[in-house]
Amino acid sequence: MPKDGGIGDSPKRREDVRFLTGTGRYSDDINIYNQVYAYFVRSDVAHGRIAGIDAEAAAAMPGVLRIFTARDFEGVGGIPCGWQITSRDGSVMNEPKHPVLADGKVRHVGDPIAVVVAETLAQARDAAEAVVIDIEDLPAIMDMRAALTPDAPLVHEDMGTNLCYDWGFVEDNRQAVDDAIAHAHHVTTLELRNNRLVANPMEPRVALAEWNAAADEYTLYTTSQNPHVIRLLMGAFVLGIPEHKLRVVAPDVGGGFGSKIFHYAEEAFCTFAAKALRRPVKWVSSRSEAFMSDAHGRDHVTKIELALDENGKFLALRTETLANMGAYLSTFAPSIPTWLHGTLMAGNYTTPLIYVNVKAVFTNTVPVDAYRGAGRPEATYQLERVVDKAAREMGIDPVDLRRRNFITEFPYATPVAVEYDTGDYHATMDKLLALSDHAGFEARAEESRRRGMLRGFGIAHYIEACGIAPSNLVGQLGARAGLYESATVRVNATGSISVMTGSHSHGQGHETTFAQVVGDMIGIDPAQVDIIHGDTARTPMGMGTYGSRSIAVGGSAMVRATEKIIAKAKKIAAHLMEASEHDIELKDGRFTIAGTDRSVAWGDVTLAAYVPHNYPLEEIEPGLEETAFYDPANFTYPSGAYGCEVEVDPQTGKVTVLSFTAADDFGNVINPMIVEGQVHGGLAQGFGQAMMENCAYDADGQLISASYMDYAMPRAADLPMFTVDSTCATPCTHNPLGVKGCGEAGAIGSPPAFVNAVIDALQRGGHDVTHIDMPLTPDRVWEAMQERGVRDA
Amino acid sequence: MDVSMTVNGRPASGKVEGRTLLVHFLRDDLHLTGTHVGCDTSQCGACVVHMDGRPVKACSVLAVEAEGAEILTIEGMANPDGSLSVIQQAFQDHHGLQCGFCTPGMVMSAAALLKDDPHPDERTIRDYLDGNICRCTGYHNIVKAILAASENASIAAQ
Repeated sequence: MPKDGGIGDSPKRREDVRFLTGTGRYSDDINIYNQVYAYFVRSDVAHGRIAGIDAEAAAAMPGVLRIFTARDFEGVGGIPCGWQITSRDGSVMNEPKHPVLADGKVRHVGDPIAVVVAETLAQARDAAEAVVIDIEDLPAIMDMRAALTPDAPLVHEDMGTNLCYDWGFVEDNRQAVDDAIAHAHHVTTLELRNNRLVANPMEPRVALAEWNAAADEYTLYTTSQNPHVIRLLMGAFVLGIPEHKLRVVAPDVGGGFGSKIFHYAEEAFCTFAAKALRRPVKWVSSRSEAFMSDAHGRDHVTKIELALDENGKFLALRTETLANMGAYLSTFAPSIPTWLHGTLMAGNYTTPLIYVNVKAVFTNTVPVDAYRGAGRPEATYQLERVVDKAAREMGIDPVDLRRRNFITEFPYATPVAVEYDTGDYHATMDKLLALSDHAGFEARAEESRRRGMLRGFGIAHYIEACGIAPSNLVGQLGARAGLYESATVRVNATGSISVMTGSHSHGQGHETTFAQVVGDMIGIDPAQVDIIHGDTARTPMGMGTYGSRSIAVGGSAMVRATEKIIAKAKKIAAHLMEASEHDIELKDGRFTIAGTDRSVAWGDVTLAAYVPHNYPLEEIEPGLEETAFYDPANFTYPSGAYGCEVEVDPQTGKVTVLSFTAADDFGNVINPMIVEGQVHGGLAQGFGQAMMENCAYDADGQLISASYMDYAMPRAADLPMFTVDSTCATPCTHNPLGVKGCGEAGAIGSPPAFVNAVIDALQRGGHDVTHIDMPLTPDRVWEAMQERGVRDA
Repeated sequence: MDVSMTVNGRPASGKVEGRTLLVHFLRDDLHLTGTHVGCDTSQCGACVVHMDGRPVKACSVLAVEAEGAEILTIEGMANPDGSLSVIQQAFQDHHGLQCGFCTPGMVMSAAALLKDDPHPDERTIRDYLDGNICRCTGYHNIVKAILAASENASIAAQ
């Protein structure tokens, strides 16, 4: 039994009261005296040369302070990219300039050209409409294959190509993989697209910057998942502001899902303009603006081939992927289709030979970067779709085919450079089959058939690499940053604790779970522990929250710092009781001399640390505050089995999700309630991708899904209640809490389970449909059914 | 233009442009920042408030249209003693919120639903929430919270 409010318990979230009473403090809730408003004039064409900007009339309009263009940013750095990929031929990737405001050319709809700053937002918006931009249209580069043809127009002429990189992994395996596929008993081939998505956190992005003239100090309030990263990137690479003169605050942030990791031009603009104008400058994105300026996700086109022997053993896997980078390289863009994708292509299986080729391509679209799962959903989708197709082609039950190939011995070194520490894939599969009443499916399918409906069941088994990431490893892989995390545990004189963490919570509930861990370790009420995050002035340098890393990396840093606190506190307790520190035990917030009833309370020790009258001053310093930086030894490897049951209406192609079951292995779980909530949210985003969401451009590069009128966000009525379970836990072996992370799992495992279920339903209905590209909207499903009519009985 | 209304039981007035939306009057003039703006097409529902007892999207009402109206926002939802109302408490108990951004609108919509239909079933709740988008929870725990609130509200009423 977990302690009340401790590790494994599900106390209510302490964050909730402020959010439920309207007293949260999101960036747009912050206003600074004398602030002015920025409004961005953005390109309404995908590709063109800027022939002229006439802002004269606009500049004379009421309230306008100044109109900025690229000319104002001469000598200012561009938006940097944080990851460098090396191509198969040994050359480094092509890395285009990414100016804060478009300079000479516009390269996607939404590319910022000019910014009007005015006394009120309405004045800024009015004046922006009067800015005349003369653009000479250039042909839009939209299709990735066409972009790589020799005579294609270029997004960046100075690079001479639209290719960012051509990555092979593992290059040494290439020939062996080709040979194995050429000689295999059976090869299953699938071509698919992983549709482009928009993250769409409900809070649009905001930047509010002020400059203090007397101290030459800047403060930026921004909707970020990682304020220290923004401070480093913007300060060092764009504006040349040293860290001690730049404070970045990410207060309550209304969701991120990856899109708020990256450093954006609007942050740099507001910070720059605050000094130029000597006024605080605020920018608030509209939703329409978010669609054309927040980094998008996914957008891969892949051909995957799986070679099997006559018993269904996987022999080799080969993939060729085109990955859309968009018009510029967003902060982590190059790493997503490579190290967060290629390294996961073994999945849960013992496939001995794998080769992954990724060509990253520039197009006239919004930059693409990490979105919930980031590379791992793309890997899982290909793999779990091709395995299902192979099962059908070979007449093997899809569950059985997966089981024949499951990895069962750990640790397991894959042929794609990672080592899984723990897992039990048969256990999660067993759990899924039991919870979803898989045995009863045929009877349910028959019942549907009698009603004229087609019922299908789809399975996917995923693995992901989380707890990002060992710094020495990612450094070799091209990362331009470390990926450790930090925590400072400050024990106050009367025993309460403030934990300053580099992790950032924007919905994950860290203020609750992190306090559970520290409270549990010391044996005090977690209400005595406060978690402070999201402010570079208050927290140690940390890398923030993404890649399901917070509890695995940030939590580990906090554990290490708390261990240092406990070690020092034991020394103080030993001194107070005139005992050896080695005899001191800490339990339930009391320090006891082992084997005796002599003890001192937590508060006695903390008070002694700050009022050191009776204190071993010659041995240890006063005070009780410790910092730890934790760099993980490996990734963590959450895994799970997902099952989706759907019904397809053959008259309309409409798919209804009847049930969805998730059996996950997240290792140890700190707060089961919060973990379940994370899975629910991930599942909904995965369903969104599979069922309805699609970021669509037309051939001219117009973004035709740029509002909630056009981009289908999942609503309550689109989704079922979920059955989720995380009891099949194999704890992580290399972090102190044994945790693996849970934030992205749902979005990774659910799309292939959903698509497999629909294909199963259609096949059962006699339609020889083997694949439909996401999203499986009714029209796409219906069309596929018409093309592949009912087989003759 | 001058505008006056009652907000959360207190008189409120100010000067606005004709084009000023109710949501901006609440946020910018009255500093009631609990009501959020999540889109610009009246789709997301983060700005739902009650106007004369009916739920409205405050991004779709001009401030001047609310002249003389009774407005209830999330800041006015707690019990008089400051404790969470039944619906707010159910959202916390059932983990019906994560990032909190859509939450004010969700709570206001849920309150309007339970006023009209004290015992909705799951399907009714899901259909009613069509105008409120949440990106974090997958709606699962929001639906659970509203179901629980409907039970607790009826217990409280007995």
